[in-house]
Amino acid sequence: MPSGAGAPLLAASDLCLVRGGRELFRDLSFDIHRGQLWQVEGANGAGKTSLMRILAGLSRYGFDGRVQRRAPLLYLGHHSAVKGLLTPRENLAWHVSGAGDWSDADIDDALARVGLCGYEDVASHTLSAGQHRRVNLARLYLCRAPLWLLDEPFTAIDRGGVGELEAVMTAHVAGGGAVVVTSHQALQVDCEVRSLRLGAGGAQ
Amino acid sequence: MWSFLHKLGSPPWLYAISGSILRWLLPLTLLALAAGVVWGLLFTPPDFRQGNSYRIIYIHVPAAVVALAGYYVMATAGAISLIWRMKMADVAMKAAAPVGAALTFAALFTGAVWGKPTWGTYWVWDARITSMLLLLFLYLGVVVLYEAYENKEAAGKACAVLSLVGTVNIPIIYKSVDWWYSLHQPASIKFTGDSTIDPSMLYPLLLMICAFYALFTCCLLLNMRAELLQREARTGWVRKLARGGE
Amino acid sequence: MSAPSTTRFCLRLLRRQLVLAVRRPAEMGNPLLFFAMVVALFPLGLGPAPEALAGFAPGVLWIVALLASLLTSDNVFRGDFDDGSLEQLLLAPQPLYLGVLAYIGAHWLVSGLLLSLVSPLFALMLNLPAAAIPALVCSLLLGSAVLSLVGCIGASLTVGLRRGGMLISLLVLPLYVPVLIFGSAAVQAAVDGLPVAPYLAILGAMVSLGIALAPLAVAAGLRISIDA
Repeated sequence: MPSGAGAPLLAASDLCLVRGGRELFRDLSFDIHRGQLWQVEGANGAGKTSLMRILAGLSRYGFDGRVQRRAPLLYLGHHSAVKGLLTPRENLAWHVSGAGDWSDADIDDALARVGLCGYEDVASHTLSAGQHRRVNLARLYLCRAPLWLLDEPFTAIDRGGVGELEAVMTAHVAGGGAVVVTSHQALQVDCEVRSLRLGAGGAQ
Repeated sequence: MWSFLHKLGSPPWLYAISGSILRWLLPLTLLALAAGVVWGLLFTPPDFRQGNSYRIIYIHVPAAVVALAGYYVMATAGAISLIWRMKMADVAMKAAAPVGAALTFAALFTGAVWGKPTWGTYWVWDARITSMLLLLFLYLGVVVLYEAYENKEAAGKACAVLSLVGTVNIPIIYKSVDWWYSLHQPASIKFTGDSTIDPSMLYPLLLMICAFYALFTCCLLLNMRAELLQREARTGWVRKLARGGE
Repeated sequence: MSAPSTTRFCLRLLRRQLVLAVRRPAEMGNPLLFFAMVVALFPLGLGPAPEALAGFAPGVLWIVALLASLLTSDNVFRGDFDDGSLEQLLLAPQPLYLGVLAYIGAHWLVSGLLLSLVSPLFALMLNLPAAAIPALVCSLLLGSAVLSLVGCIGASLTVGLRRGGMLISLLVLPLYVPVLIFGSAAVQAAVDGLPVAPYLAILGAMVSLGIALAPLAVAAGLRISIDA
């Protein structure tokens, strides 16, 4: 699908955010179309996470401007939303249950693809932080939402995992989806990366 | 109409207009309060049963009436801030809570003072007193919740939800407390229930009620202005105000 | 994959909450233990005379059950808030009203229902006449549902705050008053040999009103807390 075809999945206009008397960004306008990959960059405290939460619709007050969401979206934030008392299979089944009914085989398959084969039935509190993140990322294999908002998805992920994640994002974009990702590292992907730089003096 | 609503959302305009309202409302309020107090305390006949002690109704009743109405003012402002996202409604709600709490406390305090000569004790678990006490708790809940939030915008929204919940609950609380009282106490101590009030005592009371409404409005506006200045401290118009006056 | 159904989603959420509760049995037992201990304080404070205790029993049992329910309601959303599950619930393409109702239902099942079922034991310890015990259980079953509904409103508003524990009591206790009045009056009526049904009907009305309105307030509270 050609980049930019049709109505945008998400349209942000004139976003302006002030935190603690400091202006993080102002007059930020962009459209996210199918087939686009956006990377939000900026120093710590530049407002990357705040921007992602505004785009996801979790932040509804405290900023100016408007965000129009025209498609279902998937938001993965800093927190893994993994319950220590539940097994990875139960966690994942619960995470995806809002958007669709998946069979146990689908769930196990997704867990296997993020390298958690054999860990399906152990309590999640015995797993490492990186494995928690992987349970979370397994949602990407089950998600039908065209727009992904990934806030620091590479945190605690090993090098192999980063490569797989980049491959998934590339495939999603090539398949007509869109991805917005915040990360400090350069993405190794086979598609155009649009950069959204937040910093002193507003977005560029 | 829309331009008026738009102006209502603008802090400098609200600050200016509230200033000009206060310029005549505040003296008028003080005048009405003074007139009502003098009229009520000096120029009304003593009650045939309670003597002079009844005169505290000129403070007690207006405080109680306005305290209850104040909760609804607060909840209405909260609803407006939730539905139309008007920041000024947020400010009004935040400003109304302490004023309402103070009036409720005044009503309770004067009630206790009145109770001593009338019932021989400062506190009885009378239905009205209990209801007022619960109203005070509801007000204080809003104040405490507002203070607990660091993000004042979220605080306003949370208090708006709480005050709306309180609005639904107040009639239920009042009715159940009324019923509870009738269950536990025979209706023997009832002074204000069916006794009619003489016009010579009623008119100063009505004046005092009006004066208390005006007082509530004044306090609300003063509180709102302080809150506006605090919230908008970094904007141009406040800086200009601080530098050169109005 | 088939289209997601709201009913299935809510049942799954309810089951998840119950599984989480059952895997921490100690936490589930805490309110019951609290109930037992506070009930034991009353004879120590008021004296062991059976008649005096029986006189206070309806009110005491109701107040203690109310406090036990209040103490547990603080934790309804806290864990899910801390680990990010709540964000995902808010973003799920499902009506938040029903999701919230599932949370409240789970809370009632592990607090109110259990408290109601063990309450006859403590009623006997406080010398409550046996004839009043069915009224106690029924009034607690209905009343604790209202307590859960109202308690969750407080929980949703304070979940984002570090020191929510004390605050939730201040917000919620005044709202508990009607339940306490009619709940303890139901038990008192049974002690006096009067009909209990009117009180239970009023409690039932409160439950209906709570189910209709409380989830709206909880949903609004959660959105605000997530945003703060």
